[in-house]
Amino acid sequence: MHDLVLKTLGIGDLLAWLGVPDGSLVYPVVASVFPLVFLIIFALLAVYAERKVSALIQNRLGPMETGPWGLFQTTADILKLIQKEDITPKAADKILFFVAPVLVFTGTYASLAAFPWSSGFVGADLNVGIFYLLAISSLVVAGLLMAGWGSNNKWSLYGAVRSTAQIVSYEIPAGLAVLTAIVTTGTLSMNGIIRHQEGMWFGLLFQSPFLFVAFIIYLIASLAEVNRTPFDLPEAESELVGGYHTEYSGMKFAMFFLAEYGNMFIVSGIAVAVFMGGWLTPWGTEPSVLMGVVWMILKSLFFVFFQMWLRWTLPRFRVDQLMYLCWKVLIPIAFACLIGQAAVEVYL
Amino acid sequence: MPHLKTEEMIMNMGPQHPSTHGVLRLELVTDGEVVKSITPHIGYLHRCFEKHGEELTYPMIIPFTDRLDYLASMNNNHAFNLAVEKLLNLEVPRKVEFIRVIVAELQRIASHLVAIGTFGADIGAVTPFLWTFRDREVILNLFENLTGARMLYNYMWPGGVARDFPKGFREEIGAFITYFRPKIRDLNNLLTGNHIFISRTAHVGVLPADVAVNYNCTGPVLRGSGVKWDLRKNDPYSIYPEFEFDIPVGQGTMGTLGDTWDRYYIRCQEMEQSLNIIEQALAKFPVEDATDVQAAVPRRIKPPAGEVYARAENPRGELGFYIISDGGTKPFRVRAKSPCFVNLAVLPALGKGIMVSDIVAILGSIDIVLGEVDR
Repeated sequence: MHDLVLKTLGIGDLLAWLGVPDGSLVYPVVASVFPLVFLIIFALLAVYAERKVSALIQNRLGPMETGPWGLFQTTADILKLIQKEDITPKAADKILFFVAPVLVFTGTYASLAAFPWSSGFVGADLNVGIFYLLAISSLVVAGLLMAGWGSNNKWSLYGAVRSTAQIVSYEIPAGLAVLTAIVTTGTLSMNGIIRHQEGMWFGLLFQSPFLFVAFIIYLIASLAEVNRTPFDLPEAESELVGGYHTEYSGMKFAMFFLAEYGNMFIVSGIAVAVFMGGWLTPWGTEPSVLMGVVWMILKSLFFVFFQMWLRWTLPRFRVDQLMYLCWKVLIPIAFACLIGQAAVEVYL
Repeated sequence: MPHLKTEEMIMNMGPQHPSTHGVLRLELVTDGEVVKSITPHIGYLHRCFEKHGEELTYPMIIPFTDRLDYLASMNNNHAFNLAVEKLLNLEVPRKVEFIRVIVAELQRIASHLVAIGTFGADIGAVTPFLWTFRDREVILNLFENLTGARMLYNYMWPGGVARDFPKGFREEIGAFITYFRPKIRDLNNLLTGNHIFISRTAHVGVLPADVAVNYNCTGPVLRGSGVKWDLRKNDPYSIYPEFEFDIPVGQGTMGTLGDTWDRYYIRCQEMEQSLNIIEQALAKFPVEDATDVQAAVPRRIKPPAGEVYARAENPRGELGFYIISDGGTKPFRVRAKSPCFVNLAVLPALGKGIMVSDIVAILGSIDIVLGEVDR
């Protein structure tokens, strides 16, 4: 991707003009800043969108005061968070408390390395791309557990234990659902999966009933993985005060927030890449590199909106119901889909 | 591995907690997510209402009653005035009774809206909370127009009310009724029938009728257990016997009789019944009657020595006032029998072997107001 970013944005020329030699470390560093910038801008706009979507659903206006239609509200919030005192509770485990938000954010940021923005526009088109994405996004569990334990707060601990149980469980149906698609595509590479869907309307989604069900399962499981309603138990405000981030303030809290919104985009992106043709046009042709980015982001944003929509409509599950849904409903169905799709591939 | 004993953890839920509906502290003994026992600790909002009552004249106590159950100030006023009027043997003009019933029922709707909204928020659905507050706002605006205050009205006085209905006020209430009926339907579509909501509330916190009666529960908590007991019918006061309305009781529709869902749904149904009462009251309202609403208010309230107990059906249950008069202008003793206090007492009985999330649901369905629990 480096070459592409450098070429498209003209940064390469700029650096060359500044006298940076070819093959210098500066190039990859500059290129890797791009996803970070995207993540921050996305989080800013997503928080704003979340507020506006909730306002729409709840017959309110949402933020209106800061800038036109309140557009700068999130910017103002970030400025406020930067200025806040960074409190570490006396009884907290200092190291864990500090590392946790960093680790959570690392998982999110690292996922973007294999994120298929467009044809040829992918940080590292690994031959195990989807595997890497699913694995690295689980890093968040360690961060949450550290945050909950390190805070030395009973409510935080509850939130951390809940989220660990939840994310670890829901990775199974999510993984099985993705496997169902991989059975068809025959490759784990992100761009390979997407290229396989060329010429299909809306990608794999409507290719077989098994894939459609697998897609729904992935959608549900992905909600649980990013702790969104109806699976927002780890941070269940009305039960656990704030869950694992009860004790966090200032920029550390902002890191959790950034990671949460980043993860929303990433799970949506995976859903889009695996089941809905990724950067292909909805009618299955290959767009230009730049239009590919546009299609990828547009499709992902639709699912981000879908997550917000659900959040402001549904109540929250209880812990045991959450586990019941995962182990007794989603996993058997996901297995059935996997076997069914495999049979389709072999016999049809 | 039966020899492995997991450690129990004591948690303090509150006094600062989003779902204790005020400054209530619940001491939980938990084993993982399972709660072994609950002990409520109250008193964080104690404001010496009863002691104040002994130091103030009767009309001066009324603003203090506003602050008991601050979500149902009109009903508190009503109950207290019933007691004072009984003590004075005072005849209340018919027009005043109509005004009182209308505002009391409006207040009941406003109070239930808060109960339903916060209950939804406790379960994790935030949108119903804002919808109910939007509709409650309409009622508060009506009250603001009528009394000048939005929460604590000091509106009902012994023998009368503070102000007559302003011009066009009855039409505004009529407009509210037509506005509000479809909103109850919307709310039922969004929350009541939601699958997740039902799975969170049905079969949870089942309160059998005999336990409810033994604990002296009243209001929606008692009726949710299937006991048909409503003071407006069973011990009628004011002009309630003139109106036709049903008393909704729990049926166990979605789960077990007396579960959290039943207690919740009672409130939805009661709002409809209150609308019916208001509609009838507006239709029968003595429009021609030009009596001054303050005409029957005594200039000086100095009841004869004696004692009296009067009670009224508040949104949260039976609110009673026990007043002892020594013949002076100040009561010798004022005692408030608070429904929230009694209903809260049933929580430890319900809270054995449930999940932490269920506490929030049960507490929300009991719907306490700490201002009244502590007084």
